[in-house]
Amino acid sequence: MAKGRVKFFTDRCKACGLCIEFCPQDVLGFDEHTINTLGYHPIKDLKPELCTGCAICGVVCPDLVIEVERE
Amino acid sequence: MERVLMKGNEALAEGAILAGCRGFFGYPITPSSEIAEYMARKMPKIGGVFVQAESELAAINMVYGGASTGARVMTASSSPGLSLKQEGISFIAEAELPCLIVNISRGGPGLGGIQPAQSDYFQATRGGGHGDYHTIVLAPSGSQEMMDFAMEAFELADKYRIPVMIMAEGTLGNIMEPIIMREPVSKFIEKPWATTGCKDRKPNIVNTLHLGNEELENRNHQLFNKYQIINENEKRADTFLVEDAELVVVAFGIMSRIVKKAVVEARKQGVKAGLVRPVTLWPFPDEHIRTAAKNARLFLSVEISMGQMIQDIQLALAGSVPVEFYGRIGFTPNPEEILQEILRLAEREGL
Amino acid sequence: MKKVFQKPESLTDAKNHYCPGCSHGIIHRLVAECMDEMNIREKTIGVCPVGCSVLAYDYFNCDMLEAAHGRAPAIATAIKRLLPDRFLFTYQGDGDLASIGMAEIVHASARGEKITVIFVNNTLYGMTGGQMAPTTLLGQVTTTSPYGRKAENEGYPMKMAELLSSNEGSAYICRTAVNNPANINRTKRAIKKALQVQEKGLGFSMVEVLSACPTNWGLSPLDGMKWIEDNMIPYYPLGEFKVKEEQ
Ligand SMILES: Cc1ncc(C[n+]2csc(CCOP(=O)(O)OP(=O)(O)O)c2C)c(N)n1
Ligand code: SF4
Ligand SMILES: [Mg+2]
Repeated sequence: MAKGRVKFFTDRCKACGLCIEFCPQDVLGFDEHTINTLGYHPIKDLKPELCTGCAICGVVCPDLVIEVERE
Repeated sequence: MERVLMKGNEALAEGAILAGCRGFFGYPITPSSEIAEYMARKMPKIGGVFVQAESELAAINMVYGGASTGARVMTASSSPGLSLKQEGISFIAEAELPCLIVNISRGGPGLGGIQPAQSDYFQATRGGGHGDYHTIVLAPSGSQEMMDFAMEAFELADKYRIPVMIMAEGTLGNIMEPIIMREPVSKFIEKPWATTGCKDRKPNIVNTLHLGNEELENRNHQLFNKYQIINENEKRADTFLVEDAELVVVAFGIMSRIVKKAVVEARKQGVKAGLVRPVTLWPFPDEHIRTAAKNARLFLSVEISMGQMIQDIQLALAGSVPVEFYGRIGFTPNPEEILQEILRLAEREGL
Repeated sequence: MKKVFQKPESLTDAKNHYCPGCSHGIIHRLVAECMDEMNIREKTIGVCPVGCSVLAYDYFNCDMLEAAHGRAPAIATAIKRLLPDRFLFTYQGDGDLASIGMAEIVHASARGEKITVIFVNNTLYGMTGGQMAPTTLLGQVTTTSPYGRKAENEGYPMKMAELLSSNEGSAYICRTAVNNPANINRTKRAIKKALQVQEKGLGFSMVEVLSACPTNWGLSPLDGMKWIEDNMIPYYPLGEFKVKEEQ
């Protein structure tokens, strides 16, 4: 079981990719199968099982796309 | 009633305080500085705010901020300072923030001189800054009115959520006249739009940006609907001997008092002269002008400028009666000088 | 599991209009988080600038004013003087604060106005399409310094934190960056400290935040963050420049 969980408001995502880059666990990636209302491939937790709930993704996100939960 | 001798500038400042003004933001400039000096002495004693700003630009933006709290606030300056304030006045007009802006006006253009002048008439009555807007403009003619109009200005400002300007020639700021002190205002209207912190309500926003085409046009229509109501209700002028007047002189501010003397003299010499004195420069009292035109063969606009108000008189008369102009720059004409002009025109016209 | 990161209450639900990777969104959130943590949302009045953050009044969930270009400190001055128990912040870009609004910011600081200034330095005029600002670095290409800023022609980039810290009225002046999570957290601590300085009535406070404008820099969001590190921080050193202690 992952220690953390990320939840996305995908319609806010502009695919800047900062969260992907700064996530120390490599949890995140773009959802290539979806296009959101802004016209971007939003982020997705590709490897949710690695999430520690450190919230670094949320901290670097300029668009309040991410909510983070931790044990 | 207590009668006190007061300089016009001080009477205006005291009037503002009596009206509940608790914020003054200004930058020194002759011949308006006494207002700031008076406020600097008084405000700390009555729990008010006085800030000498770094420029007129800053001062008018302090007025923007101050007015947005719902407090009664003001600034005072003179012509070159008013030029600098125009950006802020445009914003204040759009944001519909009530406040008082005083122009103790002097001669221009450029640095001009510190002689009294009325050459900021266009600037005051046409908006002055960018965009479609108006401010209510009051033109006092003596110390008592300096006080009374300051008080009225705040009432009008709050009533219509509009910046109100008092335009008075430097002379008016400086002359000393006995005046009757007024009672302090105690009733103020609620300002639920004020930005005071959003406790127990939704946040308030004071802004002037309207990016959508329709939004911007609607916004302008809203403002102009308001201006229409002001036009219908707030035009003011004093008239003197106009009922049978064949030659109607129009003058505002200090000029109107001088012209009045000349009109009395002209009557003695058999010329049926009359006077219309616009009290509000915007909205311009065009109906008073038209009423005075009933028997008029000629109008004469007397201004301390190269001729600005004359255009409003012409607009009001729409060509029905010719309008002459007499103006000086750097001098305030005396009654004799105006009488001579009246007599000259009367003779020319066979009046 | 419990929520450890979410939208602060001091921001509205509105989606911001900023470009992908623009730092404005991060800085908005940091200010709002500080407001939440200090429980001052209902006592805070913000003044937003002309610049890309002109619409910040739609994003901050508190009373807001929109200022004419550069004039936010004058507006905040008057509000704070009339309502001394409220928190006042201005949010200003580098064109807004360091160019057209230079007089207003210097004098607000000199007077020791008890307001907090969030100064977003992204080295150029973002909103109008990337023209040169007083903060544009030497050699930096912008649309109005197309051959790179040259000291002989355009003078030197202005260091606002250093400049304002020389004013006696400044109580807290700090420069931070938002180029990585650690610096973002430092920025938040600085903003909070600035607001606390305001609360204590110590004087003027400003946090200059080195920020990315990937769009006008012509960089990807990530490269923008690197550019802050490689080019901005060497010229604009981070740290506290003025910390006035309580008497
Ligand atoms: C009086 C005035 N002059 C010029 C402009 C045009 N203008 C709008 S934003 C801006 C520059 C904003 O740059 P900055 O303050 O650095 O903010 P950024 O967009 O980079 O966040 C300019 C010059 C204006 N709106 N008003
Ligand atoms: S232009 Fe630059 S500062 Fe403006 S929103 Fe885009 S990235 Fe941000
Ligand atoms: Mg900028």
